[in-house]
Amino acid sequence: MQAKKRYLILLSTGTCLILLFCLGGLQVPVLSQRGHNRRDDRSLSGSHPGQRWRRFLGPLQTFGSWQPERSDDYNGHMSPRQKREANLGVYTDKRCRMDSCFDFSLCVKNGFKVYVYPVQKGEKMSESYQNILSSIEGSRFYTANPAQACLFVLSLDTLDRDQLSPQYVHNLRAKVQGLPLWNEGRNHIIFNLYSGTWPDYTEDLGLDIGYAMLAKASISTENFRPNFDVSIPLFSKEHPRTGGDRGYLKHNTIPPFRKYMLVFKGKRYLTGIGSDTRNSLYHVHNSEDVVLLTTCKHGKDWQKHKDIRCDRDNAEYDRYDYREMLYNSTFCLVPRGRRLGSFRFLEALQAACVPVMLSNGWELPFSEIIDWNTAALWGDERLLLQIPSTVRSIHQDKILSLRQQTQFLWEAYFNSVEKIVLTTLEIIQDRVLRYSSRSYLMWNSLPGGLFTLPQYSTSLRDFPFYYAKLGQLIRLTYVNGDLFSFVTQLRNSWCMVIVLWNCDKPLPAKQRWPATAVPVIVIEGESKVISSRFLPYDTIPTDAVLSLDEDTVLSTTEVDFAFTVWQSFPDRIVGYPARSHFWDSNKERWGYTSKWTNDYSMVLTGAAIYHKYYHYLYTTYLPTSLKTMVDQMSNCEDILMNFLVSSVTKLPPIKVTQKKQYKETMMGQTSRASRWADPDHFAQRQTCMNKFASWFGTMPLVHSQMRLDPVLFKDQVSILRKKYRDIERL
Amino acid sequence: MYPSSKYSSRGPALIPRMKIKHRIYYITLFSVVLLGLIATGMFQFWPHSIESSADWTMDKRSVHDAPLVRLPVSSPIPERGDLSCRMHTCFDVYRCGYNPKNRIKVYIYPLQRFVDEVGVPISSTGLSREYNDLLSAISDSDFYTDDVSRACLFIPSIDVLNQNSLRVRETAQALAMLPRWDKGMNHLLFNMLPGGPPDYNTALDVPRDRALLAGGGFSTWTYRQGYDVSIPVYSPLSADVELPERQPGPRRYFILSSQTAIHREYRAELERLKEENGEALLLLDKCSNLSQGAASVRKRCCKGQVYDYPQILQESSFCVVLRGARLGQAALSDVLQAGCVPVILADSYILPFSEVLDWKRASVVIPEEKLSEMYTILKSIPHRQVEEMQRQAQWFWEAYFSSMKAIGLTTLQIINDRIYPYAARSYEQWNNPPVVKWASVNSPLFLPLIPPRAPGFTAVVLTYDRVESLFRVITEISKVPSLAKLLVVWNNQNKSPPEETLWPKIGVPLKVVRTKENKLSNRFFPYDEIETEAVLAIDDDIIMLTSDELQFGYEVWREFPDRLVGYPGRLHLWDHEMGKWKYESEWTNEVSMVLTGAAFYHKYFNYLYTYKMPGDIKNWVDAHMNCEDIAMNFLVANITGKAPIKVTPRKKFKCPECTALDGLSLDQTHMVERSECINKFASVFGTMPLKVVEHRADPVLYKDDFPEKLKSFPNIGSL
Repeated sequence: MQAKKRYLILLSTGTCLILLFCLGGLQVPVLSQRGHNRRDDRSLSGSHPGQRWRRFLGPLQTFGSWQPERSDDYNGHMSPRQKREANLGVYTDKRCRMDSCFDFSLCVKNGFKVYVYPVQKGEKMSESYQNILSSIEGSRFYTANPAQACLFVLSLDTLDRDQLSPQYVHNLRAKVQGLPLWNEGRNHIIFNLYSGTWPDYTEDLGLDIGYAMLAKASISTENFRPNFDVSIPLFSKEHPRTGGDRGYLKHNTIPPFRKYMLVFKGKRYLTGIGSDTRNSLYHVHNSEDVVLLTTCKHGKDWQKHKDIRCDRDNAEYDRYDYREMLYNSTFCLVPRGRRLGSFRFLEALQAACVPVMLSNGWELPFSEIIDWNTAALWGDERLLLQIPSTVRSIHQDKILSLRQQTQFLWEAYFNSVEKIVLTTLEIIQDRVLRYSSRSYLMWNSLPGGLFTLPQYSTSLRDFPFYYAKLGQLIRLTYVNGDLFSFVTQLRNSWCMVIVLWNCDKPLPAKQRWPATAVPVIVIEGESKVISSRFLPYDTIPTDAVLSLDEDTVLSTTEVDFAFTVWQSFPDRIVGYPARSHFWDSNKERWGYTSKWTNDYSMVLTGAAIYHKYYHYLYTTYLPTSLKTMVDQMSNCEDILMNFLVSSVTKLPPIKVTQKKQYKETMMGQTSRASRWADPDHFAQRQTCMNKFASWFGTMPLVHSQMRLDPVLFKDQVSILRKKYRDIERL
Repeated sequence: MYPSSKYSSRGPALIPRMKIKHRIYYITLFSVVLLGLIATGMFQFWPHSIESSADWTMDKRSVHDAPLVRLPVSSPIPERGDLSCRMHTCFDVYRCGYNPKNRIKVYIYPLQRFVDEVGVPISSTGLSREYNDLLSAISDSDFYTDDVSRACLFIPSIDVLNQNSLRVRETAQALAMLPRWDKGMNHLLFNMLPGGPPDYNTALDVPRDRALLAGGGFSTWTYRQGYDVSIPVYSPLSADVELPERQPGPRRYFILSSQTAIHREYRAELERLKEENGEALLLLDKCSNLSQGAASVRKRCCKGQVYDYPQILQESSFCVVLRGARLGQAALSDVLQAGCVPVILADSYILPFSEVLDWKRASVVIPEEKLSEMYTILKSIPHRQVEEMQRQAQWFWEAYFSSMKAIGLTTLQIINDRIYPYAARSYEQWNNPPVVKWASVNSPLFLPLIPPRAPGFTAVVLTYDRVESLFRVITEISKVPSLAKLLVVWNNQNKSPPEETLWPKIGVPLKVVRTKENKLSNRFFPYDEIETEAVLAIDDDIIMLTSDELQFGYEVWREFPDRLVGYPGRLHLWDHEMGKWKYESEWTNEVSMVLTGAAFYHKYFNYLYTYKMPGDIKNWVDAHMNCEDIAMNFLVANITGKAPIKVTPRKKFKCPECTALDGLSLDQTHMVERSECINKFASVFGTMPLKVVEHRADPVLYKDDFPEKLKSFPNIGSL
């Protein structure tokens, strides 16, 4: 029994020990892991802790969209018309929207026209504001008649509303109220770059804007009235009025990294609103590839607020050159200053340095239409320390595309005051015209929204720019000519011939016209001006247009070949007569040459194929001043077309095969008195070049050194093997 | 397990002294205890298995088993939503943290049944079927976490989808009772039917502090842009009805109006439109003779004729979606499902997911007061565009509207994109239907840049052992003015390259790279030594190219930096008899490839070839020691959608007396292998990306009757 007892005791102690070990020892980690869950659970008043949400089975009621709204309920209520009118009164000031604060009826009759108030004598006006006004006055939206206007622009300088600034215009409130057309600001747009002042920098303009829209820099998302205000970039006094510099990107280097990863150089304010952001930058500065420099020096009394880091920061600041950093960095930090926006933004954009925003709550410029995720990165001020690792995590391919997008956006919308102003107006026009407005893709891919006019078409397929994106090409050609003998040898692949009769003589009788395989339409020009050749005739059914002069000699093979080439380059002018431009440094002006040269920059429209859209663009986009000039001289319309197309594509036209059509040299050969026989003709073309270049603000033409020939052109193979054999018989 | 082992070691000494009966008794007892212990231990090691096994029983539970919570009358009410809330002011981003996956964690509160002090529930429906689906979908997604402490976003299980079934004040109190409520910070509420009679506010009336609202029916005045998410009103019809597939194109009716609760003023206007335009319009209303209920939802009537709804929507090009008392209409979902282009007339309405979806591509928005002009406006839209909109509408529905799951996950993805903006989905990812994604190209070098001439190009010569010929090539290339650097890729592991002194003396740096393996892909490696954008790939036996030809090739490349610009042109053809692709090296009128035996291209394509070549093409090329040039042509054409450019008439490259098909190429088996390559690559790419063109590039004055010395590139060979 003794042994039995001993045995039992041993057994039970052993069991107890094991039990303790297992339950106690093993459960400790499990318990501790779930410890804090438990704590929460108690407050959950007995529900199941940390447990997965699980679908509930069994019948549940539906949430109720089945039941139609009780229409009597709704019908008995206010009529929708009354409701809309009621909204007009309620949603004003900070809650203004196009529906409630904008009078669309002003835009119905005359379309989108902008009126600028006449400048009062003695009114001081900053250069930037003058640039804004003259850009509007030079645009196709401008009207001098307020009765026709849809949008009004003040001639009072509202750009700088910082009371401490020398540019500040006093008594603006009273002046604005006194304007006869003010109408509580309805359909007005107010441009502003700076608002508020030290110490709080509120976004208040110091005047009652009423129903007016704001085109404002550094606007915050809280104050931004979506689809009513327009956020514009902060630009400097030196920002060019027109033309504008191109982006700095010249190469797409592989790998896309530059010397620095992330840079910033600027002053910091030590105290007050917005100062924290820049004050804390030193935390991520490593003076190797992340170089974030700040200086405390600004104003007179900076030493008063000086902190312990100032001396060190100031010394480090002077060691680096800003330009050098800007051009050699992959990313550029754009932290807020006193206000949300800063000059750094546009500088980085131009330098192809991908902006990394550190400005919480900033409504980015033109955010309504630009997809900034494709060209910039968002940092969060609260997560400053994560920014280096975020930036490093961006894949090479993405850097490559971000960088190119910065350049596209810079050149499309930001590089001149004119572009900024026009973009603002186009955005508002899109809102006014609603169903014929640009799609997002038009705004965010080449060549940008200013060159794609939605009034032409809202379908991307009708433009020459998106074939690759849409993955398809149209296979029809079309002939627009003034030619007689040519008509007889038409091919079936062509769609239609339109003859533009721009002569004072009456049309030949119907039976005198040759019989053709395709329909021939004769349009008698009403105004008999030369620009009418580029009118967007509705009768043109195809995308490709072959434009011919009456004296052009072109075989069908040549046309066929040009057309196949055009299919590869639908956004360019593809044709035969090539010309070139050059900078005449003696006379300090652009020169035009028709001599045989090793390169060319224009293909004249006397024998060229291009996209029908350019007809529309020529007629709508170009200012009346240039078109009138062309019409009066009856000359240069082909040069102007080349300027236009090159400024859209930023690429040269394409010359095909050897044929040149040098009409200037053929003077006197044609029996009829051609306009080429005019001795002034050539001199006029020189003048045109310079007039056009000054309107475009830059020289858009680009040189090319190559022409495109058929693959077996003049090769020593049997002529029978060649598809375009006629081309070689010159 | 120490004690048991101690025991068993003593065991044998004790047991023999015991009686058999006892022994059996103890052994049984012992093993029972041991088994019990093992079982307990097992459960401790796999705690989840307990849970899951327990859950099998839990699944049977119904909503009524959820714990009951009584709300005291005095329990706090949250503040009304703050209109100025934005992500950077009202959202605690620290809770989301830095996360390599860039994905937010979402926690769902367990279900509770809230009742007021008298025991009346706060909601007449309780948990709805749709909200149950929504939460279940989220809990099955990658966003979900059951660890409340790691969550970045919290979703209450209090169903507020339909405000009409809620007691507003009590619901608010219930929200405030949530353990992590904390002024609504990082909480997300889903609401589809906001407001109630008579005003029908456009946002949920339940006071909710800073909580984010995913609402259906926001107006521009209640929507906090960049904070709230506008969601569609789910149509339960779509779960029941499967519509037959319908290709985009012209339909029987031009405009269809199928809503039932249209304001009489608007209905009058629609009827006027119908009178003016006749058959093109179909105006439907609810059927008066049918009793209320599910059946009536599926029927519409017009002058006594009964139509099936939503099937009838497929018969129209455009479908009117007019506002009712609320801005958001479930009809929008039905219309999209049918591939009918919605014509939305609801002033100030924020369209569903408008933060990411481009509604211009799928709908027409017309101001309410322009209702009478609707017909003219719609007629002005080009046909091609209508078809595209139909396709887009259908795809929007499939991707973002079709189920509560789609709606819920899209909402979370939008919030996720705000928190990790650098990893956000792009416009194309959100908006391009799969068909377009497949057919369209987004060239990586999309900017129209003509790079400056100055940096020149780097010539990369791949060689094995033909030293003599290699030296001739090097000497020839070195005469090209824009050559910046010469890189010789020495692909022979058995033999060392000649000594430095033996190499030709040239004016630019010459580097020799020795490779580890004799692989063809070595020629396309993005060597650090290549510092220029432009790369000239050239074989070690291409001795016929003149320096004018090469310089001209470089100039052409500058005008087309995103293309292959080369000298030997080739073509692919469809062999109708064999039903497959064929390689063609005859002199043809067309070109679809240029061989990299002598071609300029951008260094980016080296990087693409080495790291991004689809499928097993790279290995295939290395194994067959052939077709690396065809692979490169496929790669470039596929990503840019553009044809290569053949420069100059040059067709002979190796020796004057050779035919154009020199050396290797004459071999019949070689040709067969090349054809095989094309077929193989086309199947890997899933398409034939090569583009055929009929042009080549020549200098402007080529073959012109003009003094040779005045030509930039006089020395262009004729063959």
